Amino acid sequence: MTLASAPHRELGLTDPEYDGICERLGREPNALELAVFSLMWSEHCAYKHSKKLLRMLPTEGPHILMGPGENAGVVDVGDGLAAAFKVESHNHPSAVEPFQGAATGVGGILRDIFAVGARPIAMLDSLRFGELDSPRSRYLFDWAVKGIGHYGNSIGVPTVGGEVYFEPAYGQSCLVNAMCVGLAPRERLIRSAAAGVGNQLVLLGARTGRDGIGGASVLASAELSDEDESKRPTVQIGDPFEESKLVECCLELLEGDLLASLQDLGAAGLSSSSSEMASKGEVGLDIDVSCVPLREADMEPFEIMVSESQERMLCVVEPARLEDVLALCERWDVRATVIGEVTDTQHLRVFDGDEPVGDIPVDALVDDVPLYDLEPEEPAEPLYPDPPARLDPGASPAETLLTLLASPNIASKRFVFEQYDSIVGSRTVRRPAAADAAVLVLAPDGGSGALAVSIDGNGRRVACDPYTGAVEAVLECTRNLACVGAEPLGLTNCLNFGNPEKPHIAWQLTRAVEGIRDACLALGVPVVSGNVSLYNEGGGGPIYPTPIVGMVGKLPEPRAVPRTAFAEEGHAIALLGMFEPALNGSELEKLRGRLAGSLPPLDLAAHADALVRVRAAVRGGDLPTAHDISEGGLACALAECCIAGGCGAVVSLSDTGTPHTLDAQLFGEGPGGVIVAGPRHAIETLDAAVVIGEVGGDALEIDGVLSVPVSELRTAYEDAIPAALAG
Amino acid sequence: MKFGVVRFPGSCDEVDALMACRRFADADLLWHGDRDLSGVDAVVVPGGFSYGDYLRVGAIARFSPLMESVIEFARDGGPVLGICNGFQVLCEAGLLPGALLPNDSLRFVCRQVDVVVENPGTPFTRACEEDDVLSIPVKHTTGRYYAPPGTLPEGQVVLRYAPGQNPNGSMGDVAGVCNEDGNVMGLMPHPEHAVDPLTGSADGGRLFESLAMVPA
Repeated sequence: MTLASAPHRELGLTDPEYDGICERLGREPNALELAVFSLMWSEHCAYKHSKKLLRMLPTEGPHILMGPGENAGVVDVGDGLAAAFKVESHNHPSAVEPFQGAATGVGGILRDIFAVGARPIAMLDSLRFGELDSPRSRYLFDWAVKGIGHYGNSIGVPTVGGEVYFEPAYGQSCLVNAMCVGLAPRERLIRSAAAGVGNQLVLLGARTGRDGIGGASVLASAELSDEDESKRPTVQIGDPFEESKLVECCLELLEGDLLASLQDLGAAGLSSSSSEMASKGEVGLDIDVSCVPLREADMEPFEIMVSESQERMLCVVEPARLEDVLALCERWDVRATVIGEVTDTQHLRVFDGDEPVGDIPVDALVDDVPLYDLEPEEPAEPLYPDPPARLDPGASPAETLLTLLASPNIASKRFVFEQYDSIVGSRTVRRPAAADAAVLVLAPDGGSGALAVSIDGNGRRVACDPYTGAVEAVLECTRNLACVGAEPLGLTNCLNFGNPEKPHIAWQLTRAVEGIRDACLALGVPVVSGNVSLYNEGGGGPIYPTPIVGMVGKLPEPRAVPRTAFAEEGHAIALLGMFEPALNGSELEKLRGRLAGSLPPLDLAAHADALVRVRAAVRGGDLPTAHDISEGGLACALAECCIAGGCGAVVSLSDTGTPHTLDAQLFGEGPGGVIVAGPRHAIETLDAAVVIGEVGGDALEIDGVLSVPVSELRTAYEDAIPAALAG
Repeated sequence: MKFGVVRFPGSCDEVDALMACRRFADADLLWHGDRDLSGVDAVVVPGGFSYGDYLRVGAIARFSPLMESVIEFARDGGPVLGICNGFQVLCEAGLLPGALLPNDSLRFVCRQVDVVVENPGTPFTRACEEDDVLSIPVKHTTGRYYAPPGTLPEGQVVLRYAPGQNPNGSMGDVAGVCNEDGNVMGLMPHPEHAVDPLTGSADGGRLFESLAMVPA
């Protein structure tokens, strides 16, 4: 791409946007300025189709220390500690090159966390691919998982949780969302606002190369086409070793109170990091691109400004502390170069040596960006075709259960999580699949208190009903936390949708954000950070609307946190919460080849109360088993408890007290039910628990409806994904 | 008694190892660029990655100034424990026989496994009995132990994976070996991640406990 042949349209700017740039500058932009504008005004950087919508989300709460707008949201977790967290997408790069796309997604979200001064302590990933009978989906899945492992395992941050779904709608556009959680002493938190005229702007980390040029505008803000191959050079390349040094170095710089502000370099590289720092500090910045250490000597100034080379951070340093900063960086073998300084111009001025090569008011890049109203319109016809039927219509309940357990959406994700280091850091009390949420102690060398983290979102249910589906995602995440006794402190979200300029997609997006808002308000959980990924459309149409919700919660005592596994023969099994199973949008309906219409409406206040009861029950102790009922319904949830515990169970449905059909009782889904098990006296004294059976034997037996040996359940559940990948 | 835990650029488990050591004795981190071992009584070369391991795991780390001192310390009989990447570094340094090859799955594997104590007579296992089974996690991509025939006497096999639990295709289920003098040991499982039942198991603590029993 040369700028001479790339007028504004090729850079993704509309004619009115170009006119707006000229108006703000009072002249035509030069090539470098146009390149900077095209990135800063891209959907990826400017949220121009979502910003107005996002304003409806509740962002205030008693625990919040930093809300949306900073590199990551931060909540107070007590004892002088703060937890920073955020989820971010790397969908488009991963669809082009899954290994590096996923790896640099991990690298990027890690930098957001240590940019606020927090040490990253946990990663989670939310992944979506097409069905595994497609070779392309197998390739994307296999290599995205390898990429996440490659980066996360190399840097000493455990990957403790996540989720993976496979649906035809993600066949062309896979989703790779990564969430990171960090911990910091409250006083070490730092903001990104540049401050102090005359302070030095120091670039830390890797050299700047041509990788990722135009990544944000070219890849993440337009639909992918058959020409994806030619976009491969726009995918960034990760170097976890460089990042590992960068983490330690930055945290030591902050410990020594040597920095005035810190910001990571992500999408749009130097352009966005510098202009955002300047905007927040209401100052100007002068940057001399000839000072930037380069990987390739002949880079143009505009390339240096927009390169998305990884493992770089930008900081502001008082002149008196510069020497100490450079010395500490040298000790960590981290490159540190003064590339500019803070000014009072409120302009981003770019120089190549003495020669001015760009001059843009900071406002025009960050705050005064055109925002668009969506034009939502509810579709009259379903947007998505029914999936292919995969279940014999005459299947017995036992056959149905085994087919569901072997469906990759429900089947064991051991293949995935064993490729991730889930224990480094010595905080992990509940590893992947051990409980409904990962649990990490706050102080690995003693002290009490722990964090629970989970990430959730079932796009198929949102496709059926964007509002209720989004509400359910928030409820599911809260319920996973409740199953380990944790109370949510804040929520982060990543909104993965198709092209918002299309009215039906705009409707999905609007309804989903309304759903998240209402659920957050009902549960009293504020949104602290988030990310939006739009234009996820390939040749096969839009993806399922996929809002991903991540939460961090706190629990007082990690020693007695329940597990998914049934623990002991003779333990009583009970239902807690609001068990209202229905078939619409369920995995069973999918296997039957149906993507049915709307989901049953929810009583949010009643769900919020039920979740409080679940949390109280878990915190009461003496509850070794707790597992929520989600995909595949009650029967699959019971089977998962049996498989994990290596023991059977005898259950009677007549005791559930629900008026539903047998199919719905066994396999229906809904956002409220939780299975608990424990000593009979403990279960029977639980408030509002309905006892439905007992742990024991070698088979899961339900009421004369089905009886399947646990070994058969395990084979179906454990072998499905490895077998599917073998082709 | 004082442990020294080596810190390379890119080490991941050095703080975990430091915390594990401190459960049993004093411990401090040792910086890769220094030559001074600060008078420690035992050295732990931890897991993770060293210098990015882009050439071959452990291949660069053995040339660091600190490792030169560690090699000298080991040759003088000082106890040195290499965990995962540390095991790889000690093999590269010629302190231990054999080498670590990519797992037969060609994938990273993180899993809790049982290992059996074969030789309780080393400074690293003296708190154990023969045939004790320890539950300790592994996490590595390059952990398939191999030694050419005749280069690994039986007595130098300290730990084996329990039957059916070999996670990487190691020759003879070997999980940990020592040198001829018994003062240098390397193992792929991570004992520092098995020092507290809260995080999974305390069995790995037996190795640090054994070392702490060595007279200073």
